[in-house]
Amino acid sequence: MMQNDGNALFGHKLGVVVSGSLTHGIDVKLDGSASVEDMAVGRYVTIKGQKRRFFGMITDVTLGVVDEQINVSPADASDSFLAEVLSGTITFGTLHVLPMLTIGGGVVGVEDAPQPVKTIPSHFSAVEVSSQRDVESVFGKEDDKKFFIGTPLDMEVKICLDLQEFVKRSNGIFGKSGTGKTFLTRMLLIGMLQKSSAVNLVFDMHNEYGWEGRSETGYKVKALKQLFPEKVAVFTLDEESSRRRKVSTDAVVRIGYDEIEPEDIALLRQTLNLTENAVEASYQLARRYGDRKWIQTCLNMENNAETQAILESMNIHEATFRNLRRGLESIKRLAFLTEKNGENAVDRILKYLDSGMNVVLEFGRYTDLTAYILVANLLSRRIYNQYRERTERALGEEAKPPRPLVITIEEAHKFLNPEVANQTIFGTIAREMRKYNVTLLVVDQRPSGIAEEIMSQIGTKITCLLDNEKDIDAVLTGVSGKNELRSVLSRLDAKQQVLIFGHSVPMPVVVRTREYGSAESLKSFSSLGVAEKGKQVEKDIEDLWK
Amino acid sequence: MTEQHKVGEVIEACSTDFTAQCYELYRSPALGSLVKTRFELQGTDVQDAWLYGIVYQAQTASGDPGRRPIARGKEAQDEEEIYRDNPQLMKLLKSDFSVVVVGFKEGERIYQYLPPRPARIHGLVIPCTDEEVKQFSRSFDFINLLLKSRLEIPVEELVGAALRSMAQVYEAEKHAFLVSAGKELAGLLSADYAQLKAILKGLKNDAK
Repeated sequence: MMQNDGNALFGHKLGVVVSGSLTHGIDVKLDGSASVEDMAVGRYVTIKGQKRRFFGMITDVTLGVVDEQINVSPADASDSFLAEVLSGTITFGTLHVLPMLTIGGGVVGVEDAPQPVKTIPSHFSAVEVSSQRDVESVFGKEDDKKFFIGTPLDMEVKICLDLQEFVKRSNGIFGKSGTGKTFLTRMLLIGMLQKSSAVNLVFDMHNEYGWEGRSETGYKVKALKQLFPEKVAVFTLDEESSRRRKVSTDAVVRIGYDEIEPEDIALLRQTLNLTENAVEASYQLARRYGDRKWIQTCLNMENNAETQAILESMNIHEATFRNLRRGLESIKRLAFLTEKNGENAVDRILKYLDSGMNVVLEFGRYTDLTAYILVANLLSRRIYNQYRERTERALGEEAKPPRPLVITIEEAHKFLNPEVANQTIFGTIAREMRKYNVTLLVVDQRPSGIAEEIMSQIGTKITCLLDNEKDIDAVLTGVSGKNELRSVLSRLDAKQQVLIFGHSVPMPVVVRTREYGSAESLKSFSSLGVAEKGKQVEKDIEDLWK
Repeated sequence: MTEQHKVGEVIEACSTDFTAQCYELYRSPALGSLVKTRFELQGTDVQDAWLYGIVYQAQTASGDPGRRPIARGKEAQDEEEIYRDNPQLMKLLKSDFSVVVVGFKEGERIYQYLPPRPARIHGLVIPCTDEEVKQFSRSFDFINLLLKSRLEIPVEELVGAALRSMAQVYEAEKHAFLVSAGKELAGLLSADYAQLKAILKGLKNDAK
């Protein structure tokens, strides 16, 4: 009999291929000795074809009977002999397996490199639980480019993400609220810090990535700055909040009215409840008064005949103006906005990024969307422009291309929904991808809200549990074996299980993510030896593990 | 394999079965038991050729078809007394048993399909030893032969009796033997769940 212990399953013959197709997957009849209860969707199997081995994933498990008669008069469950004889013969389990890759049997010389599957194994090919070696040959071993992200279900094999490849495209982390997106993001950021040449700019809405955050069970979890103090700078919009939380910040970001452009207002249309006309008016005002002054001018306008005349000359209705002004007033209430800003936050961030530091921008108390959208869009646009300029100059061979930059945004559907995706800088970044060395790490719980065009450009998708039909559809758009992955995706555990597919993994993979926050995990994450960090940090880490 | 073990002699044979007469009245082998008889493999050098069969029928009747036995025990106290008072009965009555052929052995190899030639008349019929039963029952192909044979006895009964009789020699592994035999049956009878169930029910008690 099979045992539940994962390792005991390695190389265990499960059954034989009985039917199937390349598009719909393969049906495997389970042997009597293999119990359906030991199977799990998302587990890997290796199919030994006559010429090559096939690597696939279980996507469904069904029960079958040879004779319909047994459904009419089922065997007495207490009769163990009868049950034993019938299982695997008259009654049997079927696995639905989606073949993904072939190993071996290909062109001589490259025989061990897994190839995308182009055919299916022949009838009665034996199906086994994949061995550790097979999984390793598919996903590779941990090295200086590959980051160990977790293990497959029921296996102690390391699944690794090629982070060099990963950062070349925009990527997405999706999942319902409370499924571990933040932990996953934090872990990936650490991975990128360690294993890729890219620098990160994180718009940290809930103050979770720079300094310690809290897990749902309440223990504190160390974050980037504490683990890599020499590689991470924490910027804050809300000095007070940071001070209260005892975060050692590197800089306070202030944004001047003169830095806000009509495009930023357009993006805030929904959150500020502005009309189309009001947005249009902001462009007109900016044309008239210049990009730098229009907000200030607009806010200073008094309700008199002069204003009336100006508005009339621009064909702006009074109600429209009132609507716009009300919107601007609510922006004005954000304390990090100043009338005139002496120093340019963008330049400062860029300076850090250029020197290879990763920047986490904390929002402090400003957790409402208005602030987040405004700041993220505004800063990203500037930074992106700078990057574009520099890349273009680099193409003219005048300078070195800038370091690859990964911008992490949360609540991504607010930036990338079909209505605004064309207007925001994030839409542009996602579409133009790596041309200018800037990519996105999109973190979102409502992938269906993201424009289809953007979704299709996302390189690697890492999704935690999703159960909304629309969200699942959105995430799986354009993936082969969509229907099969669907059942896998909606059956992930709510914690620590993710489905990864796309550019940086050779095939879709369900992963139990590695521990984050436990004693061993932090040792393996931290780039410096504990000794080098000094006693205080050592103690901090000790405290964290408790 | 000595003559001491012999229980009867073939008196009628065809490719699929043969009938043997017991040397002693009522001493026919049990229903479902495995027996063997030597047969000739023409055109080969193999001397040690045996034909295997399973007893499917046993009958006792008058040796002369024209003379029916008559009731004799009116004055007798019990059955034994009748035989004591009429010693000729032991000679006049004959016990026969019929055997369905399920395979043969050529040298050391056992084949579970019909032999090229039937048994010979006057061939000695010998019950198989435990070791031989074990050897023969390593494969279950014979079950199909049983299921497909056209006999006067219901095949469910015969298959059940044969498997029960073979299971006896397995002792501790009896359960495992019956389960794997059951699985073979399930494969063969996948289209007839009712028949399968009937046979399995007959094996259930032995499988404990």
